[in-house]
Amino acid sequence: MDLTHTPEEVEFRARLRAWLAGVLPALPPPPPPEDWPGRRAYDLGWQRRLYDAGYGDVHWGASPTVRLIFLEETERAGAPYVGACFVGLLHAGPTIAAEGTETQRERWLPPILRGEEVWCQGFSEPDAGSDLAALRTRAHRDGDHYVVNGSKIWTSHAEVADWCELLVRTDPGAPRHRGISWLAMRMDAPGVTVRPLRTLAGSTEFAEVFLDDVRVPVAHRVGAENDGWRVTMVTLSFERGTAFAGEVVACRRVLRELAAEARRTGRWDDPALRRALGGLHAEFRALWRLTQWNVGEAERGGGVPGVTGSVLKLAYSHARQRLYDTAAEVLGAQALDLDRPWVLDRLSSLSYTIAAGTSQIQRNIVAERILGLPKGR
Amino acid sequence: MRDGVRELLARRFGPRELRDAVERPGHLDRGLWRELGAAGFFALRLPESEGGVGLGLPEAVLAFEEAGRALLPGPLVATHLAAGRVPGAAEGHAVVTGPLGGLVEWLGEADVVRGDTAGAVPLRSVDPLTPLHRLPAAGAPDLVAVLLTAAEQLGSAGRTCELAVQHARTREQFGRPVGAFQAVQHLCADMLVRTRTARAAVHAAAVTAGPADVHAARLLADEAAVRGARDCLQVHGGMGFTWEFEVHLHLKRAWIRTRRAGPATESEELMAAALLEKED
Repeated sequence: MDLTHTPEEVEFRARLRAWLAGVLPALPPPPPPEDWPGRRAYDLGWQRRLYDAGYGDVHWGASPTVRLIFLEETERAGAPYVGACFVGLLHAGPTIAAEGTETQRERWLPPILRGEEVWCQGFSEPDAGSDLAALRTRAHRDGDHYVVNGSKIWTSHAEVADWCELLVRTDPGAPRHRGISWLAMRMDAPGVTVRPLRTLAGSTEFAEVFLDDVRVPVAHRVGAENDGWRVTMVTLSFERGTAFAGEVVACRRVLRELAAEARRTGRWDDPALRRALGGLHAEFRALWRLTQWNVGEAERGGGVPGVTGSVLKLAYSHARQRLYDTAAEVLGAQALDLDRPWVLDRLSSLSYTIAAGTSQIQRNIVAERILGLPKGR
Repeated sequence: MRDGVRELLARRFGPRELRDAVERPGHLDRGLWRELGAAGFFALRLPESEGGVGLGLPEAVLAFEEAGRALLPGPLVATHLAAGRVPGAAEGHAVVTGPLGGLVEWLGEADVVRGDTAGAVPLRSVDPLTPLHRLPAAGAPDLVAVLLTAAEQLGSAGRTCELAVQHARTREQFGRPVGAFQAVQHLCADMLVRTRTARAAVHAAAVTAGPADVHAARLLADEAAVRGARDCLQVHGGMGFTWEFEVHLHLKRAWIRTRRAGPATESEELMAAALLEKED
């Protein structure tokens, strides 16, 4: 395992660290979670700062190692999260960059990089979750437009998005993976209705999106008609690569804060709690090493992280839940107070074994695609 | 290096030799020991100026992974650590043992004993391939010994995962391979997740050699080896419970290795204490 860095990578880290140290103290605090327009402006503003400083395209332009350094340093410095820019920078953007025409790349990529437009993701449907290929939202051709009908669910940032990367069924007669197309849809198009969904943490982090005769220009289709499944897989494999790098760094910081808090309150004297924290420290250290390992593989394999991301997601999502359950042990009765730190994080950690493919589906992927076991039932 | 060790072990310590070794408890194959010496297994990290191979911990970890995969018997860690310090250890001419976590392995067969083994009491060892003595007290574990043990555990975890997958692919029940059942698939998937996570931890610890990295690797590798052997046993059904099938040897050896660095709780305490120190 190679943990050494090239002089260029060392220089990149030093430059970024110095820039962050100069910029972050003057940054206003993030708006409250319920202030969606405020969050949109804040997240886009941060992306603009990154862009102006030359870091705007680090998620796609840079090598996996440089990207990892970026995620590590921004997290360590406490820089804002990618937030509302997530889908644009990490899903739709990379897909358009890989599969779009010259015209499409020129239209959509610069506003993402400059922090001007927000994208959301219209993949999951009420009857197509882990089984994404079961999606039923229909699009039929009407001249140079598609007319789209159906509904999408779990769409983050739908309330403030300009565009939606939308998966639709364009050939209902074809085998289910073959009749799907990838469209870029304007969220202010007539016929688009957004209904926010409240999570168990009390906030509205995602929405249902209803589509009634929404007209999308055929020119807004990325990739060939009915080739949307393959186009989408390019995006999803991107997601499962270094997606959790920043979060693993964040969890390691939380662990240190938990230890300090336990020392302060005297909970540290409980050996069972100390050992739980020690075990989590070992685990998150290993997860960081696994992230570095995956990045090394991506570096050698030419960029797009593969299904080994499923291994990381499985281990990380469960470790994160144990981390916040242990936080509750540190807090004692205060773990029931929503105003205490880590309590909301504990609630939101429950989504990690579900979002972007449940742990059960991830195990199927590992069993069938890595271990080569026969297709399950 | 790894391919060399794997090739040597495949040729000299295959399924037949493993079975023979189980039937002759307490006996160490001195010819194989010398061949390991000749292949550089013990002299791996000794400088070339001292007649060694001149490689480092990352290469040693790969070699010990192979030993763990193959269930190679003998005081491998103690003899490796004695290379350059005890005459004949580097070449595989001397079998060297010493205390590890309150136990001594292969005390009766060793030519040289390093460290204090006063008051050693023989046990009826759970593992037919590892004779054991118990000591009145356990000393502090050597970091390199902890890491090389973790490497053996990692090799064992990789092997039991492979065995489980092979069986799940070929064994048919209800008209299909048992590996087509999700309940079996998910056992195998979790084995791989634990092995891959432990592998990253062990290989990184071999590069940094820092105490927190080494003890993290130890905890992850112990877990991957012990749970891997148990899940492999489960996937094999009744066959997994037989003396004939090798998985019980992986489980029993893994249990012994979990004691070499002292109780797991000590590594957890070390990891906890590291959370209060300055970030590395």
